[in-house]
Amino acid sequence: MNSGDTAWVLVSAALVLLMTPGLAFFYGGMVRSRGVLNMLMMSLGSIGVVGVLWVLFGYSAAFGTDIGSLGLLGNPAEFFGLSQVLGEDAVSGTIPTLAFAGFQAMFAILTVALISGAIADRARFGPWLLFAGLWATLVYFPVAHWVFAFDTKDEAGNVTAVGGWIANRLAAIDFAGGTAVHINAGAAALALVLVLGKRKGWPKEPGKPHNLPFVVLGAGLLWFGWFGFNSGSALAANATAAVVLVNTLVATSAAMLGWLLIERIRDGHATTLGAASGIVAGLVAITPACSSVTPLGAIAIGAITGAVCALAVSLKYRFGYDDSLDVVGVHLVGGLMGTLLVGLFASAAAPAGVAGLFYGGGLDQLWRQAVGAAAVLVYSFVLSLVIALVVKLVVGFRLSEQDEVEGIDETEHAETAYHFGDGRPSYRSPVRTDEVERRLEGSNA
Amino acid sequence: MKLVTAIVQPSKLDDLKEALGRLGVLGMTVSEAQGYGRQKGHKEVYRGAEYSVDFIEKLRVEVLVEDSTVDKVVDGIVTATRTGKVGDGKVWVTAVESVVRVRTGDTGVEAL
Repeated sequence: MNSGDTAWVLVSAALVLLMTPGLAFFYGGMVRSRGVLNMLMMSLGSIGVVGVLWVLFGYSAAFGTDIGSLGLLGNPAEFFGLSQVLGEDAVSGTIPTLAFAGFQAMFAILTVALISGAIADRARFGPWLLFAGLWATLVYFPVAHWVFAFDTKDEAGNVTAVGGWIANRLAAIDFAGGTAVHINAGAAALALVLVLGKRKGWPKEPGKPHNLPFVVLGAGLLWFGWFGFNSGSALAANATAAVVLVNTLVATSAAMLGWLLIERIRDGHATTLGAASGIVAGLVAITPACSSVTPLGAIAIGAITGAVCALAVSLKYRFGYDDSLDVVGVHLVGGLMGTLLVGLFASAAAPAGVAGLFYGGGLDQLWRQAVGAAAVLVYSFVLSLVIALVVKLVVGFRLSEQDEVEGIDETEHAETAYHFGDGRPSYRSPVRTDEVERRLEGSNA
Repeated sequence: MKLVTAIVQPSKLDDLKEALGRLGVLGMTVSEAQGYGRQKGHKEVYRGAEYSVDFIEKLRVEVLVEDSTVDKVVDGIVTATRTGKVGDGKVWVTAVESVVRVRTGDTGVEAL
């Protein structure tokens, strides 16, 4: 066990957890004021549901012993409850197994929360939590196994424990989750909007963002946390982590510029929402690629993806699906771009040591990337469609039209975010203040 | 006596206040208002999608003045708040039958 590596992974885990409340602000600022709390709550709900499921059986399903050595799923019962890995001797590489399990828990939480941006203002909260739990179980845990579970080998190089098929058999590069996190969440978002349908009034009255400073705050927290997300995925405080950190900085910077350039040309103005969106698009794109490209390659990937995502967010108007906050346009498209561009920009000089098409590696890595991306896209889309339809049929998924018009914060959570004036006391309030005063009279309180 | 009502750009309030101060106007009432004129509102762009904002933030300024100074006051407001761009606002004058100062009971010009 190495204490430096352990410290870095534990800190990274905390950084990645911060991304989910950060995402809540990023999304929350983009909706109308009457729906901001529900937007925040869908992210918080993901932390609750997925955090618990991960400890119960999620970690085991993703990183337990492969069932049947097919590379499809770990044994969910093997580490049920994680009590098997509490001891000093439970190590994964140079860090405690539990540090790795905790770090990976944050990935599962964030991935589920990402989906929620597509269904702003119209999903009932309980069914969302049900969807979150089912989706994590049936989609995220297996896909995490495909992408993140590496074979265990003995000193002679023989495989002693089989890992996921994408990471090992296909050998597609996905350093921190372009496929497992972003394509996965983006495809699920597309399936979910097809099942739930459009918001009332969309696209005629889409509702403009109610708080752009929140959006920038959220994007900042995401970027900060993303250094843990990507750089922590080195699982060590080493040179790889440093390369990844610099690539995560520079690709994101370039993506912001790429997005703003498209806006300036197309709409006449470089906007705040565009800058924040470009940041997220760049972070998404560099996630799979951050260990396999040089900083110059990272700039190229960021700039290209920033521009492409700025154009891709208008696809929903062309095809008529109400992806409220552009989860498809940013995460699915951004994830696909990053994953595929590895096949072009990968450099043997980078830690992953693989050369892409532009660096003399031919088409070999590109087809591997494409197969990995397509497999996750199709699996996630189909399963998400089925899960969403089941939730819809069994408990109902969508808010009533009346509740949607009144505002989801009030009807689902009995709260509103912003209070103008003091408000009136409610006669339905279970405890009247005059009763409290009467009770306190004569007591010592 | 006349009531001068002006709908102006919020950014022009300080200029307006200064101009009326120079003309000897002693008080004014300012309220926030929203509205549009012939040009309608403006367009905002979020992720490439255009949103039209019809009701624009304005200020409504109301001033009670003597008949003899009303032209100068109107002229002062117009000069102080003009930018030359669409949306500069409007000023109109209405007749006032009576005015009472609440604290003292003064009426008419005394009450201004």
